[in-house]
Amino acid sequence: MEEIQSLMHGFAIALSMKNIVLMFAGVILGVIIGVLPGLGGANGVAILLPLTFSMAQLPGGTTSAIILLSCIYWGALFGGAITSILFNIPGEPWSVATTFDGYPLAQKGRAGAALTAAFTSSFVGALVAVILITFLSPVVARFALEFGPPEFFAVYLLTFCAFIGMSKEPPFKTLATMMLGFALAAVGTDPVTGALRLTFGSTHLLTGFDFLIAVIGLFGIGEILLTLEEGLAFKGASAKLNMKVVVETWKELPKYWLTSIRSSVVGCFMGIVPGGATPASFMSYGVARRFSKDGDKFGTGMVEGVVAPETAAHAAGTSALLPMLTLGVPGSPTAAVLLGGLLIWGLQPGPLLFVEQKDFVWGLIASMYLGNIVGLIVVLTCVPLFAAILRVPFSVIAPIIIVICAIGAYTVHNSMFDVWMMVVFGVAGYVFKKLQYPLAPLVLAIVLGDRAEAAFRQAMLASQGDMAIFFSNALVGSLTGLALFLLFWPLLSLALARLRRAFA
Amino acid sequence: MEGQQEGRAAFRQKSAEIVVAALFFLAGAIVVYDSLRLGAKWAEDGPEAGYFPFIIGLIMCIASAINLVAVFAWARDMGRAFVEVGQLKMVLAVLVPTSIYVGLIGWLGIYVASILFIAFFMRWLGKYAWWKLAAVSIGNSVFFFVIFEVWFKIPLPKGPLEALLRLN
Repeated sequence: MEEIQSLMHGFAIALSMKNIVLMFAGVILGVIIGVLPGLGGANGVAILLPLTFSMAQLPGGTTSAIILLSCIYWGALFGGAITSILFNIPGEPWSVATTFDGYPLAQKGRAGAALTAAFTSSFVGALVAVILITFLSPVVARFALEFGPPEFFAVYLLTFCAFIGMSKEPPFKTLATMMLGFALAAVGTDPVTGALRLTFGSTHLLTGFDFLIAVIGLFGIGEILLTLEEGLAFKGASAKLNMKVVVETWKELPKYWLTSIRSSVVGCFMGIVPGGATPASFMSYGVARRFSKDGDKFGTGMVEGVVAPETAAHAAGTSALLPMLTLGVPGSPTAAVLLGGLLIWGLQPGPLLFVEQKDFVWGLIASMYLGNIVGLIVVLTCVPLFAAILRVPFSVIAPIIIVICAIGAYTVHNSMFDVWMMVVFGVAGYVFKKLQYPLAPLVLAIVLGDRAEAAFRQAMLASQGDMAIFFSNALVGSLTGLALFLLFWPLLSLALARLRRAFA
Repeated sequence: MEGQQEGRAAFRQKSAEIVVAALFFLAGAIVVYDSLRLGAKWAEDGPEAGYFPFIIGLIMCIASAINLVAVFAWARDMGRAFVEVGQLKMVLAVLVPTSIYVGLIGWLGIYVASILFIAFFMRWLGKYAWWKLAAVSIGNSVFFFVIFEVWFKIPLPKGPLEALLRLN
């Protein structure tokens, strides 16, 4: 078992005093970010990314930096549940499904049970996903070492087609935002020919759009504008969590083992195929309701209705890192920001990472185990503290969050132009969200645009412009085929439904 | 005043859909235009600079055209409000000060601009006492000054006040 050995080596790296302190700091920051409206996993990590530039230059610093950032991500995943259960406000999109049963539980006075169930099942979901990453990612990486440009382009194609096929939003709106992302990625100097693309004489646009600015604007400012529409007041249930409630809930939880397994599977699948944590949580809630013997009581405050979405959301959020590490294709916006971090620190995500940066990869994977344990401890002990943050009135929190976003946008390139772009992206994020234009494919396209284009060009160069290269061997052919299948899935499922109705 | 006036639609869903789809089409057209200018065909040594963006722009135009048609053809529920007057007021109440704030950063530096921005917000929307808003807004800037300038040594935009205090 080579993986076990590598993992043990990883633990040795992750268990330094410095890294453990960073884990606690990251998780606490992450929970705060997850609790606050307008700050979430993706833009929270994006804002803090510039702070790691200097950290990553020390020896072993990239491992510490990724531990800090990934722990913020775990913290944000945990934090979303707190606001959903206590305030009926999903702090993160993936905790919307948690409100369905979490908030009724809190209203019945069982907030403690709901929180314990949410945190514990989050932990279980993440653990399953980390185990999957431990054993599957070396295999995927080894497999991907054989990939050439056509294969890589086919993987990108698969990622983006999966978005169109799997997302709840109208497919052509998904396609439109995705293409906007690619267009924004193309702005600036063309890396191959050196030609200036889409700059129209502006010097600001020479270096192109940075996706970090887009993330901070779209998810940060956009989210604040959306929150404001719903008014300024937060009304919440009180948060008390003592050991007795925790232990009692833990005794109840093993009953839902089947739901946990099902939700973990749904979550891991949706995380690896870039569906993301949000659809995973809804899907898992739906599946749990259908299969549970108390299915009709869902929505009135069932612990099982909290277990299902939380397990899946965490499993998806965690397993989204698998394709990011092994293929360089992130499964979620936050994974995309982490990928951006890797690139900035000078690491090349993809299969070679497992060969050349063993310490980094296994340090990160080991930190995922530890970070989630740290996360569970922090949230179980500090819930009242975090809930108190939400009682700070919005008229105080909102300007501070906007200031944080502005600082974050500025520090990416030390440019005021970026801060203005953040405001523009904020308005776009607000409008897009209201019109059901999905933001995740937009962000992923900005991140992957250059790499997808490079892969496409190299493939085209090899084949002299013949698209048949994407079907030239079994591997690339099946990847492309799967991509096309997912792309036309909405049409296929529609046709199937018609057929079924016709024969019924 | 409240009720009817505030609940009235400032924009309808339909107009918002049309405007956004049209903007997407325009953006796609710009990409196509610029790609054609650069050359979107096949040169001696491989694809030209506009080859990939041309395809992107084209798909964007097609997708937004379909979205536009969808508004008229088969989408329902288009009559409801995209944003109500009351909601729009709230959104603008944040957006306008935010834009002024970003403008002020270039002039006064981020620390002073943030003090003014937070103080204004707390006074206007929260009606806080002066000492409270002074404490929060100045405390916030001091906190970020310590984090960025002192601890992480990342310089943020500064203005006349910092020059006066020799903090540059």
